[in-house]
Amino acid sequence: MLTRSLVLSAILFGLGVAGVVVRRNAIILFMCIELMLNAVNLAFVALSRAAGIEGQIFVFFVMTVAAAEAAVGLAIIISIFRHAETVDMKNFNLLRW
Amino acid sequence: MEHAGFRPVLLGLIVLLPLAGFVINGAVALLAPARKRIVTWAGPGVLALAFALALVNFFGMLGVELEQAIVRDYWSWMPVGNLEVAAALQLDQLSMLMTLIVTGVSFVIHVYSVGYMGDDPGYARYFAYLNLFVFFMLVLVLGANFPVMFVGWEGVGLCSYLLIGFWFRDREKADAGKKAFIVNRIGDLGFMVAMLLLFTNLGSLDFEEVFRAAPATLAYGGALVTTITLFLFLGATGKSAQIPLYIWLPDAMAGPTPVSALIHAATMVTAGVYMVARTGVLFALAPVSMIVVAGIGALTALFAATIGLAQYDIKKVLAYSTVSQLGYMFLAVGVGAFGTGMFHLMTHAFFKALLFRGSGAVIHAVHGAFHHTHKEWDPQDMRNMGGLRHYLPLTWIVMWIGTLAISGVWPFAGFFSKDEIIWQAAARAVGPFAPWFTAFWAMAIAAAVLTAFYMTRLMIMTFHGEIRCGAAECTHLHEVPAVMSLPLVVLAGLSTVGGWVNMPHAIAELPVLGWLPSAEWIHAWLEPAVRPAEAILGPRLGALNEAAPLGGGEAFWAAVAFALAVVVIGVGSSVVLRWKYRPALESLEPVGLKKVLYRKWYVDEAYETLIVRPVVATSRALWRLVDEALIDNVLVNGAGYTSRAFGWAGSRLQTGQLNTYAFAVVLGALILLGFMLL
Repeated sequence: MLTRSLVLSAILFGLGVAGVVVRRNAIILFMCIELMLNAVNLAFVALSRAAGIEGQIFVFFVMTVAAAEAAVGLAIIISIFRHAETVDMKNFNLLRW
Repeated sequence: MEHAGFRPVLLGLIVLLPLAGFVINGAVALLAPARKRIVTWAGPGVLALAFALALVNFFGMLGVELEQAIVRDYWSWMPVGNLEVAAALQLDQLSMLMTLIVTGVSFVIHVYSVGYMGDDPGYARYFAYLNLFVFFMLVLVLGANFPVMFVGWEGVGLCSYLLIGFWFRDREKADAGKKAFIVNRIGDLGFMVAMLLLFTNLGSLDFEEVFRAAPATLAYGGALVTTITLFLFLGATGKSAQIPLYIWLPDAMAGPTPVSALIHAATMVTAGVYMVARTGVLFALAPVSMIVVAGIGALTALFAATIGLAQYDIKKVLAYSTVSQLGYMFLAVGVGAFGTGMFHLMTHAFFKALLFRGSGAVIHAVHGAFHHTHKEWDPQDMRNMGGLRHYLPLTWIVMWIGTLAISGVWPFAGFFSKDEIIWQAAARAVGPFAPWFTAFWAMAIAAAVLTAFYMTRLMIMTFHGEIRCGAAECTHLHEVPAVMSLPLVVLAGLSTVGGWVNMPHAIAELPVLGWLPSAEWIHAWLEPAVRPAEAILGPRLGALNEAAPLGGGEAFWAAVAFALAVVVIGVGSSVVLRWKYRPALESLEPVGLKKVLYRKWYVDEAYETLIVRPVVATSRALWRLVDEALIDNVLVNGAGYTSRAFGWAGSRLQTGQLNTYAFAVVLGALILLGFMLL
């Protein structure tokens, strides 16, 4: 049971990482990040069975942070869209030299 | 140390008065250069007061047997570790004599300058510099230790530089100022090294301490004391224009003529002689140094006199004459006759200041005449003069007095001082170095003959013979105003009687010449000041060689020198009168030996080739290769280039694309993971 849960968590996390590295759409990127967070949540929950209640408590923290991040992140994306009429990240390279 | 019978009156004020004059005139120069009346009163005024104070002190000292110098400590100047240097002045017979000469001659020259510089736009600035010079000169002669003396020493050098380059818009004059300053730096280095050696070996820099400790601490004739004195003498050759550092003085004539008279004839250039006399104890301990001093002096006296023979610029002749006379002074102090050296210093201050100011009057008149008719001739070239005695009778007479004085004609001042030097060189020719001294004696005699001749040549070319300056110009030649002629008369008087204060016993006892008073007064006066040095010299010297050389005593040789001078002047006059001169522009370049002398033995050219050019070339190479190429480009800019290159390479990693960064993060995480697993 534990092994399967962790494998699923790893697959989900890997999908999230792959999405962040490959995709350009800001909304997709955002969702991939959420996917990674929730993959970690799954790992926490699975491990709390064996190791104790702390894992589940951490999940609440992660969900809180994810919620806050969603609020701020989506607001930024909307503001970017209003400014540039696109959310394709290849158009935003202000951090260059 | 206070003396029961004598307290110096306002000693500090003598020094401070010229400084006050400098402040006042400097303020006028900066704020209101047109207010000449203030300067006219303040400039010479402070000197009059200082001279009066010096006289008060002098008369106070006259009746007192002052055994030791009176030292006045004002404040502690450099308390560093066990070095304790006080800002202190000292008054003894030597510094008293110098103070009288400096303030007296300065006062007369300040008065003369009122007339000479009256029309110059830099009038206030000129007097500010001149007053500052007198201040530093007094610090030099009155300082009670080496550092205070050094302050004065450097200060007069600075003022000399400022005044030589007074008309600094003329490139040549500004360069002459620089030359004087730079050549003096070489000498100053010697002075500083000597000071450091003295401090490390004796632990003090106070004159009193050093001279008391020196005979016990420093071995007679030892390498150490010889080194110290030779370094001191290097300083003296710079300041007093002796071989090999004399080259700045003739160029220094670029300054206003009163400056040439005051700084470059009467006072500053004698500082070296004064310094050797002041440190006589050290020199007495180093017989080799004494020989060097005397030898350089005799050589300079002869060498400069030969150059003076062939110069056409009236001030150049006098400049080389000054170098030559300074050589005499060093010959005197070099043979151990400190009093005689100081005596010649005094009489020279009188007659050379007179000659310079006489030449100033001539230049003033000729310049004015050429200026009137817009003639572009050199007003200092004697070939453009001739016959001026009809137009400048007073200047003519006082210049002849100066000429007779410098040539050593009885009873003018130079006769007593110069012949005493020659006599002392002969009389002290005892002991192991006797042949040397005899040679110096012969050189001094030869230089005396040359002196009489070049001065006669100067007089004849300037004042006698046909008038070469042009008929139209002659009507504009005017005798100097009273403010300039009065100082001339005063100095002419001093040049006449100034020598009588030191009538030698040998002459005072003669039937005809012996009517004059005060036999050997200078020696009696300076005796306490030079006693420590004499105490070292005397026992080793033994009895003076009264009969040397070639037999005949002091009176005999004085008579011979007198006869020589008269004969040279007489014969020289008729010879030079017969030479036909043309105005400078129509004259041919001199040829043969005359050309060598006219070109000053090519010494300036030799220095240019041997020293100046290599130094300039080395500096240029260092500038181009080391400074610009190595330090600027390789090191300083190189550091910048390197960090910029690294920055450029690093900045290539920043794409601005979010995915790239994410990829880098993943890569990093995988690498970390790899490390943890392995």
